[in-house]
Amino acid sequence: MSPGPRALIAEDEPLLAAALAAGLAACWPGLALLPPAPDGAAVLAAALAHRPDVCFLDIRMPRLDGLAAAHAIIEDWPHDVPPPLMVFVTAHDEYALRAFEAQALDYLLKPVEHGRLAACVARLMRQLGDRREPAAALDDAVAQLRAVPAPAAVGAPRLHVIRAQASEVVHLVPVEEVLYFAAADKYVRVVTAEREHLIRLSLRDLLPRLDPQRFWQVHRGLVVQARHILAARREETGRVLLTLRGRPETLVASRMFAHLFRGM
Amino acid sequence: MRLRTWLPPGAARGLGRRLLLALALAPPTAWLAQAVLPGAAGYGTALTRSLAISLCAWAAVDLGRFLLRGSLGAAPPHYWPPPRGAALLLGLGLPAGVLAGIALGELLAGPSAVAGGAGAVAAFALAVAGAMTVVFYSRGRQEALARQVEAARLAALKAQLDPHMLFNTLATLRALIATDPPRATAMLDRLVGFLRATLGASRAETHSLAAERAWIEDYLALMQIRLGARLTARWDIPTALEPVQLPALLLQPAVENAIRHGIEPKPEGGRIEISARREGGELLIRVRDTGVGLPAAAQDRFGLVQLRERLRLLHGSAASVALAAAGDAEGGALVTLRLPMALPVAPSAP
Repeated sequence: MSPGPRALIAEDEPLLAAALAAGLAACWPGLALLPPAPDGAAVLAAALAHRPDVCFLDIRMPRLDGLAAAHAIIEDWPHDVPPPLMVFVTAHDEYALRAFEAQALDYLLKPVEHGRLAACVARLMRQLGDRREPAAALDDAVAQLRAVPAPAAVGAPRLHVIRAQASEVVHLVPVEEVLYFAAADKYVRVVTAEREHLIRLSLRDLLPRLDPQRFWQVHRGLVVQARHILAARREETGRVLLTLRGRPETLVASRMFAHLFRGM
Repeated sequence: MRLRTWLPPGAARGLGRRLLLALALAPPTAWLAQAVLPGAAGYGTALTRSLAISLCAWAAVDLGRFLLRGSLGAAPPHYWPPPRGAALLLGLGLPAGVLAGIALGELLAGPSAVAGGAGAVAAFALAVAGAMTVVFYSRGRQEALARQVEAARLAALKAQLDPHMLFNTLATLRALIATDPPRATAMLDRLVGFLRATLGASRAETHSLAAERAWIEDYLALMQIRLGARLTARWDIPTALEPVQLPALLLQPAVENAIRHGIEPKPEGGRIEISARREGGELLIRVRDTGVGLPAAAQDRFGLVQLRERLRLLHGSAASVALAAAGDAEGGALVTLRLPMALPVAPSAP
């Protein structure tokens, strides 16, 4: 049995992080707090390194917003440890409110009132008390997060040809020929049967410009063209391994997107 | 009720109003007709004819442009067609309506016996109906423009009171009250200044560049308390330009975008620079940040679309907004606004 529960706060405004920490210290004395994370990428790293029992995630944060961070944490979470309970904190975000109204996840509105925080803490303590076995808890978390709609892309025109620059030459790659797009730091790798290119665009900006019927996001850093997938094999951990037509490598779909590969 | 489904929503009231007006103008027109076209029958006959022509001309032009809005190219908000459609409407629709009205009048009141015959009646009726159409046309356009300006101003005001900004500020204030009361007081003062200027701007059309700066300084001070050392600001506004008038809180979307999309998403933060200078008869304002730079869909940012619309309505093509990468080593985005200089009337010496 681990000692006491531990929580991680993700909040880019130091004053607000300190205020939430003080509020939690007052109404949950047994809770140990990890150092607060100032942005989405930091909270992902800290969560995976320290495996807290609860995460308080601000929705609007630099680099990775709170929702994306929650997705990423659940995607990379080891399958034999119960995932953290996620509480979203937001100043005013209609889209977040809509998403959570229907969900079992809790959310807090800033400024966080003492009474509301206490109610949230009571709920968290209850859930931590009767936590189910890790795999089931992870499935629940996946199902809940999947129900949260991604923000709609605004008026981005569909891409038909990818223009990939390599020093002085620009290669024109029709999207039909692309097998998959993989995020690589600030770039995206564009892989066709013959070769691969790098484009200076984030996967997040690229995704709304692709046809979702044909291009499936199977991992937060990976978008595959469905008709090039030969087979999908489910692993015990919940991940799915994909083999492609015309490429030797195997791709990994996370458990977040495993539902795409259920038999008909 | 079928007719209502063919009409764009909200059009029926204006149509009815213009029909009543057209009918109300029929009696004086009938009187005028008797005066200019001698030999006409009694006033009752002339009035019947005049009413018939008014009704038909209204139906052809006013009802016609709504029902045929697709082929005429008539678009909201006022549904007056562009030049080609307008020529069609006035060249064919109006005469057809007038002729139909004359025919209807003859049917109801018997053949006319005025000097000059049917040609004179048609010419007179066409002149009156044409004049009324022109009056309705210019009024319709003016009202629509005024409504658009008002809508743009309200949209700007709504954006200024961004709930995300407001509640985060209140949350910070709540935290400071317990831990640092003097700073909480200072922050509250800034919030009061910010809200007062924002609400004031909902009433005033324009204010001076100095007032705009004071308001932005309050806004930036609030953001600085929240973001800490991550946000710095630099100003470059010559004293001579301070009294220049500009639409109230015009720079708000540019400043907010710089923070929200440029500096807030950057873990190490950045600087915002606001400068103004005069270039000939133009006022040139630059809002620059050293944030994360521009994503692909940056031109569609809500605030900028709105800013562009607001300037277009106020100044037409004389003003412009451009968003570009800052283009130096520090990166970030640069918004450049150009608008005609509007100096206040110099107070005359006593």
